[in-house]
Amino acid sequence: MTTLTAGALLPVKVRARRPVPVMVAGGFLALVVVAAVFAPLLAPYAPDAVDLSASLAGTSPEHLLGTDASGQDLLSRVLYGARSSLLAPLALLALAALLGITMGTVAAWYGGWVDTLLSRVTDVMYAFPGLLFVVLVIAVFGDGLTTSVVAMGLAYAPTIARYTRSLALSERSKPYIDAYRVQGMGGARICVRHLVPNLSGALVGYLVVLFGEGLMSLATLSYLGFGAGSPSIDWGLMVQEGQDAVVQGALLPALVPGTAIAAVVVAFNIVGVWVSDRLGQGR
Amino acid sequence: MLLDIENLTLRLPSGAAARPLLAEVSLTVGRGEVVGLVGESGSGKSTTARAVLGMLPEGASVSGAVRVDGEDVLAMEPGRLRAHRSRTVSMVFQDPRSAMNPVRRIGDFLTEPLVRVRGLPKRAAAAKAVELLAAVGLPDPERRMRQRPHELSGGMLQRVVIAAALATDPGLLLADEATSALDATTQAEVLALLRGIQEERRQAGSGLGTLFITHDLPLAAAYCDRVYVMYAGRVVEHQPARGLFADPRHPYTRGLLDCSPALGDERELRPIPGRPPSLSDTFTGCPFAPRCPRAEAECESWTPVTVPFGGDSGSADGGSAACRRLELVARSSS
Repeated sequence: MTTLTAGALLPVKVRARRPVPVMVAGGFLALVVVAAVFAPLLAPYAPDAVDLSASLAGTSPEHLLGTDASGQDLLSRVLYGARSSLLAPLALLALAALLGITMGTVAAWYGGWVDTLLSRVTDVMYAFPGLLFVVLVIAVFGDGLTTSVVAMGLAYAPTIARYTRSLALSERSKPYIDAYRVQGMGGARICVRHLVPNLSGALVGYLVVLFGEGLMSLATLSYLGFGAGSPSIDWGLMVQEGQDAVVQGALLPALVPGTAIAAVVVAFNIVGVWVSDRLGQGR
Repeated sequence: MLLDIENLTLRLPSGAAARPLLAEVSLTVGRGEVVGLVGESGSGKSTTARAVLGMLPEGASVSGAVRVDGEDVLAMEPGRLRAHRSRTVSMVFQDPRSAMNPVRRIGDFLTEPLVRVRGLPKRAAAAKAVELLAAVGLPDPERRMRQRPHELSGGMLQRVVIAAALATDPGLLLADEATSALDATTQAEVLALLRGIQEERRQAGSGLGTLFITHDLPLAAAYCDRVYVMYAGRVVEHQPARGLFADPRHPYTRGLLDCSPALGDERELRPIPGRPPSLSDTFTGCPFAPRCPRAEAECESWTPVTVPFGGDSGSADGGSAACRRLELVARSSS
């Protein structure tokens, strides 16, 4: 006969499990945001300070991450680059979320031909690869960061609309929504006050994942020369400017901004999945 | 008459249902009256209640009239309909927990209609909400205002829903299985509460009419003034509650009473054979004929009509029933 103490049968791991990757990713993102905000204080050099004598220098105490072909300090440029690289996807998502959530909710709420129309529009948008659509818009309206942000916003809206629609459809059939209708509340009011706020958990998680994707897409556009133009500092643009140096044996000018993009996107993915698991009840 | 439903027939497109959802339903609720509507699931009780709110199933074609205070609900345009739902009629649901937005506070649930419908300023609405919660017998109403639905028990939540239903001072209350999901003791409390409110309103001079929907015939007979019994979308019997209990005329009503056990009752329980009809069943004659112990061959082709009967054989005011062999049923029961 053995004696068991209370709690002895509980596997310790269940209690001890912490979302370590999420904490690491979240901490990293917090650092990136701090870096972007305090770039002028943290950066050792002005981001556009040219020093041709130190062209393509490797890592050294003076230039921790080396320099590019014009001798500009890569660490300073990556820190400043975080600003536009974070702000642009934020603007993109704000636009895409506004459009997408509205479309998805309207489609789910009214159903019938409204739903059919919006869903077909969404399908047509879906059929184009997002980047192709954006390049099309840029070809018509000219390049630049604003155009590419607006175009990407339009390209992302259908994805959000579709996701919102599926969430809203199941939420709409819940009895409490019906109870509001029974009380004589109008459709618009129910949607804005009750339905959409109750979807926000799942939507926020989804938007966090999309943020990473949006950052990458915008970097791609900048890299291709459609996005942020030359005097501005943007990670995608830095990769493009740095690729010539690769031939000359200097990897850092392309590698540093490239790594920054990859790390931030991965971090956003990890955090986004965790957020949607926690807030969206497993959806 | 507060609520007057006249020959309401509701059909879905032929692909969705073979028989009408509602067939020539007529019922009335007067001010200060509690009227029961009894039937098995799928008999059209809830559909009837939703028709009173002007909420019809999608694609339904409708004939007849639903008049509340003399105005036809089915003819209202959307704005008027919303006003009708917010002011004139309130509904209490079966499951209060799922009928409330889980992330809103109890207080919001009450102040929202007060602000939106009665135009009270926020502070006054909050004070009024506390008053309403206290009136439905919820202890510590100030604290309840700040709680969320998951912190309250089912019976307490049903009190909140009732308080919210009464917040806009409606003339007609639809209680759709309002006590079916509650414990027996809580059920009794909620019923007593509803009765109390009814009495209070009667004395205040603004009679509140209640349409009490339930599947429990003995409960309806005990609680209501008059009872309508529905079967397959049709009202098969209507009587004052006392008469219904003592002298059920329709074989379906009789069958329902026979299969509800009562304490100290020596009768054998007799379940009604067969199953309740689904929407895909069609009937050439009386829908109850296949399950009816008294059915004859002619019943299969007899289209039900409501036959009134007088108050001479036991019931006080008489009623009506839709049975071909009504005379026979009446004779055998007396």
